[in-house]
Amino acid sequence: MKSIFALVDCNNFYVSCERVFNPKLSGRPVIVLSNNDGCAVARSEEAKAIGIQMGAPAFKIRHLINAHQVSVFSSNYALYGDMSQRVMQTVSRFTNQIEIYSIDEAFLDLSGLQSRRHSGQPPGTLIDHGRKIAATVEQWTGIPVSVGIAPTKTLAKIANRLAKKLPSKNRVLELIDPADIQKTLEKTRIKDVWGIGRQYSDRLKKYGITTARALSQIDERGVQKLMGINGVRIVKELQGIPCYQLETQPAPRKGITVSRTFRTEINGFNDLKTAIVAYTSQGAEKLRTQRSATHMMLVFAASNRFKSHYTFHTATAHLAIPTNDTPELIHHADQCLQEIYKPGILYKKAGVIFKDLVCESPIQTGLFDMQNKKRCRRLMQSMDMINSKMGSGTIKYAAAGLVPGQKWQPLSRQRSPAYTTNWDHLPKAV
Amino acid sequence: MDRSLEPVDKKVVIAVVNGELTVKRLRKMNGRIVLMPENKDYHEIELIDGMDCEIWGVVAHVVHTL
Repeated sequence: MKSIFALVDCNNFYVSCERVFNPKLSGRPVIVLSNNDGCAVARSEEAKAIGIQMGAPAFKIRHLINAHQVSVFSSNYALYGDMSQRVMQTVSRFTNQIEIYSIDEAFLDLSGLQSRRHSGQPPGTLIDHGRKIAATVEQWTGIPVSVGIAPTKTLAKIANRLAKKLPSKNRVLELIDPADIQKTLEKTRIKDVWGIGRQYSDRLKKYGITTARALSQIDERGVQKLMGINGVRIVKELQGIPCYQLETQPAPRKGITVSRTFRTEINGFNDLKTAIVAYTSQGAEKLRTQRSATHMMLVFAASNRFKSHYTFHTATAHLAIPTNDTPELIHHADQCLQEIYKPGILYKKAGVIFKDLVCESPIQTGLFDMQNKKRCRRLMQSMDMINSKMGSGTIKYAAAGLVPGQKWQPLSRQRSPAYTTNWDHLPKAV
Repeated sequence: MDRSLEPVDKKVVIAVVNGELTVKRLRKMNGRIVLMPENKDYHEIELIDGMDCEIWGVVAHVVHTL
């Protein structure tokens, strides 16, 4: 059976989320900024049209923002995460063969549909199916999506990109016909091929390979030499031979990192400690969510890397018995921090990394602290449940800072309400 | 709110009129589409071609504290 993949990709996702609950934004230039209100990470079509580039630092586009009255938002991950779930839920009503690839993209395996098509259904079924998915998602969630359909994931990515670019396609494009595929690959630059980064793109250019079509025609040994096994896979995928299957079960993460750049530079130990404790708590919660525990914890703190005398220090704690217990990890974090902290350094960034993750196992401990461990785990379970029901941070360890607006907390001056996840933020209609 | 419900005649809907969210009862009568307020202090809005209006979603339940 010939395989068929579809990539469903939300259009300007963060901006679209803002627009669902703030209809006044439609038809106007809108951008969403990254953490600390740093760079533009999402742009409406209108914002792209006036020349705001992806990743442009906010201070560099201030003049455009003012001249065109661009609506600017801080990232609102509570909203985007929740809207993403709604989109994915809606998409999964069409098939259980779904891989949630990122916050705003999902791959679907539509091979089953294809076989039905050969058994006598009229042609056009795939595209109709894609249109139905797109229309349903937009109607149910308010988020516009594009759908690219092709024999491999890599080609589906290209089809999706084209679906967004060509208004005549109504956001759904099928790239199945071999002649169509060749024509499209000819017009696709290699840097727009899934998995081709800057480095490969530059290397290929040296050999005169600039289009996806040229890339798809290199022989296997040549690619292997230039780009290794991953390159071979990319080329095969471009030729329509699937090498990447649908990954319906996300692989549990092997490491967890929580790190942030601070709003302002900080130098007091206590300020730095509250930040580290807050990150540790977040990381520990992530560990418990995916039911794993860590063998090794790494704490780092760094000064502003754009200034002279850049410093970056790390300390690690090895844990004999893997854990995901917040207070235990906070204790180790504190010790690590005491090792690396130096008065006089202006810290701009810090974080914690949990490595060597293992499955959370039934508690196996020394002889004496059995009862304690059980109670600890129950405490963590209760805390996670309360925080998931009543909003994250409802209860937390005091060492993570009680007063909001601490120096290390990210700046988000223009965050929209958490419309869908906080009762107090529900949009009002009269 | 349930956005997956079809906005048919007599349903209470949330509509976007000129960028504002509003609650109204949707009426489709004699080829006219009208947003009727249940509150006398507001007036009805007839939807005509070229108007900046869309049905945001259909009201499915009302949560009341009495």
